Amino acid sequence: MTTEAPAKKEAEKPEEESFLSVFTRNLWSSNTVTVTFLSIVLAFVIGAVLIVVSDSEVLEKFAYFTARPGDALTASWQLISTAYSDLLKGAFGDPEAFSAWFAGTGTWQDAFSPISETLTYAAPLVFTGLSVALAFRGGLFNIGAQGQAVIGCITAGVAGFTFGLPIVLNLVVAIVAGAIGGALWGFIPGILKARTGAHEVITTIMLNYTAALFLSWLVLQKGIQDPERTDAISKAVAESAKLPSFGGVLRVHMGILLAVAVTAGVAWLLNRSSFGFELRAVGANQHAAKTAGISVAKTYALLMAVAGGLAGLGGATQVLGTAYALTPSVAGNIGFDGLLVALLGRNKPWGTLWAALLFGALRAGGNRMQSYSGISLELVTVLQALIVIFIAAPALVKAIFRLRATRLVRPGASLAKG
Amino acid sequence: MSTATVEEIGEVTAPEPFWTRQRRLGVALVLIGVLAAVLFGSLAPSEAARFTLSEDAEGAALSINGQFGAILFGIVTIITGGLLFTSFAKRYQNLLLSLGILTFVLSFLCWQVAGKFLPLVDTTSGTLQLALPLILGALAGVLGERSGVVNVAIEGQFLMGAFAGALVGTMATSVWVGLISAAVGGVIIAAILAVLSIRYLVDQTVVGIVLNLFALGVTGFLYERLMQNDASKYNEPPRLPEWRIPGLADIPVVGTVLFDTNLLVWVALGLVVLIHFGLTRTRWGLRTRAVGEHPTAADTVGIRVRGLRYMNVLLGGVVAGLGGAYFTLVATGSFTKNMTAGAGFIALAALIFGRFTPFGALGAALFFGFAQKLATYLSAVGSPVPSQFLNMLPYIATIIAVAGLVGRVRAPAADGVPYIKS
Repeated sequence: MTTEAPAKKEAEKPEEESFLSVFTRNLWSSNTVTVTFLSIVLAFVIGAVLIVVSDSEVLEKFAYFTARPGDALTASWQLISTAYSDLLKGAFGDPEAFSAWFAGTGTWQDAFSPISETLTYAAPLVFTGLSVALAFRGGLFNIGAQGQAVIGCITAGVAGFTFGLPIVLNLVVAIVAGAIGGALWGFIPGILKARTGAHEVITTIMLNYTAALFLSWLVLQKGIQDPERTDAISKAVAESAKLPSFGGVLRVHMGILLAVAVTAGVAWLLNRSSFGFELRAVGANQHAAKTAGISVAKTYALLMAVAGGLAGLGGATQVLGTAYALTPSVAGNIGFDGLLVALLGRNKPWGTLWAALLFGALRAGGNRMQSYSGISLELVTVLQALIVIFIAAPALVKAIFRLRATRLVRPGASLAKG
Repeated sequence: MSTATVEEIGEVTAPEPFWTRQRRLGVALVLIGVLAAVLFGSLAPSEAARFTLSEDAEGAALSINGQFGAILFGIVTIITGGLLFTSFAKRYQNLLLSLGILTFVLSFLCWQVAGKFLPLVDTTSGTLQLALPLILGALAGVLGERSGVVNVAIEGQFLMGAFAGALVGTMATSVWVGLISAAVGGVIIAAILAVLSIRYLVDQTVVGIVLNLFALGVTGFLYERLMQNDASKYNEPPRLPEWRIPGLADIPVVGTVLFDTNLLVWVALGLVVLIHFGLTRTRWGLRTRAVGEHPTAADTVGIRVRGLRYMNVLLGGVVAGLGGAYFTLVATGSFTKNMTAGAGFIALAALIFGRFTPFGALGAALFFGFAQKLATYLSAVGSPVPSQFLNMLPYIATIIAVAGLVGRVRAPAADGVPYIKS
């Protein structure tokens, strides 16, 4: 003991640094958090450039930039800062609304409605994100979350207005129907992959469009279409099948709580259950897994069914929580957004949850930005895509910011595939 | 390696020696033939189905009794299926298969057209026009995938090409400048795809999907900020002129379709031949295929793997960008948000269904274009067959093709695998 201690100290001596320098060094090395943060920053910078170049008034000021650079710069700054502050206010809350609430001139509902919007948009993305993330960990790229969510919407919606069961039971049946619908749609590429080796990327892309076309046909059929309407919309789901919410401006519903619960469930499934072990083994090296006695085909089929079920739940929350009726575009873009969410969350269940919340916040803020600053909501799509591009190419972010390479390579921190 | 593959194939399909691909195809054809003869035949009214040679109901026409035609062509389908099944005429297997599918389609048409008319010129030219972006998109895919880069960003390249063509074409008031900018738009997306997947080794499917969303967002954003506010300044591009070749254009049906049309048709068809010739007969083609199948071997003999991949993906961007130009400079004359509406994925389907070859892609694109054209025709004449199901056809056909239910499609061996020089 006594002889060892000085020797150890001797060895550590040159390594000794102040806490601050260790902290800054680690901060500037390419760890996950830093790369994620810098990716978001980069995306917002590019977004700001897009905002400026697409504004003709500001561009006119740039025409005489050399004569009076202040004009152009102030105008640009004005434009960008209003846009992004509206984005933040729309996502997390407007300080004015809070002070109005405290002063008694406003309601607490108005103060909390931005957060409610964020959670509303995030809820379905959690499910679709988990669907993609789980499949990814098993070595499968589930691009089909969109189609599975569409089928989930259909089965949940139809169950919601058909059965007329008593309260609670009706909701449970509708949610389960959504999950089963998605699971069946996910099972198709799974079984095709297992039995014939058909690549899941191709089959799921094709099934996405098949599902979308099927939905656009279905909503016009007798018994599905709202009899009082001529446009493509179905009957509304029964009151008892809707996910409970606060009502009024607070659209947030039970779906977000369900999402948190399911995230915990997926985390358990992935890390603690034997199926989770099998799927991670297959995802890491399918040949080794096969040698170890794991049935790769069975894992693929089951995994895609589970992933489909999760995406179907996403569709169900969309119909039962916010839309309440089927339309051809009821599922919006939740499947494809789920893909981005999973990538941003590094294919980990809790990471996916946070990523979904970020995307929900962007979407909610984007709505406010569109109505207050007149910046198109499409900017949010650009931001989301850019964030994920940078996340997926950490080497690019590293090169841009000249980050140090991480010394510690943590196993399993990288994506399932490249 | 080789033993593993053999084992896998044995386990996956476990074919009875009796059930060859040909036999299975034969049974499938017999089944759809029976369906055609019985179902279409019984549903078809016993009235004349007229296929007019002009653009409307007037003039000369091929005419047949609908019910008779539906049953007749159904029976021909059954016969071709039977011939395939009995292994008769092994050499003409593909010909028999095409004939079987063709007669099935004809039987279906006889049922639908009975008592009405189908203008052949309009149908053929509509098919070709609808297939045009699919051909170009699929060719872009061929260029990338044969050299080992998966391109699922065709949709994004379409959108960017369509947008750039409309924007620059309007600002320069020149359709040719628009066409070039469309190609540049496609190249921009292709360049991001190439750099991220070849240099930064990001999963190619991931990049492709994200780039689609990126293109959707950027074009939608700029559309709302620029084009919607001032359409005459930013979104009224001149259309591609239609050129008529004297003499050739007077051939019935084919002449009007092929020789009285816009430049893009000839570009697309020319590129099919050019790329086919290039891939099979030139040094570039041999190298491309080598890099797509076994990059390490190609590198060993001194081929620059990454350089070739960059070049092919960027060339693909040019071709797909031109495909995007179709939407704004040929079809509509203005850009709208998400106007390609999944055409890029049908092009991807055509690429796979056409077995990653230029002529296969052409055939698949024409087939899918025909399905789309037929869907609009059927909904126009109020057919009981829902147009959505016909529009599903490309997707379902592709699933069947990749699942190997009707002859397995094999992608280039190194498709989607980044090459890391060791």
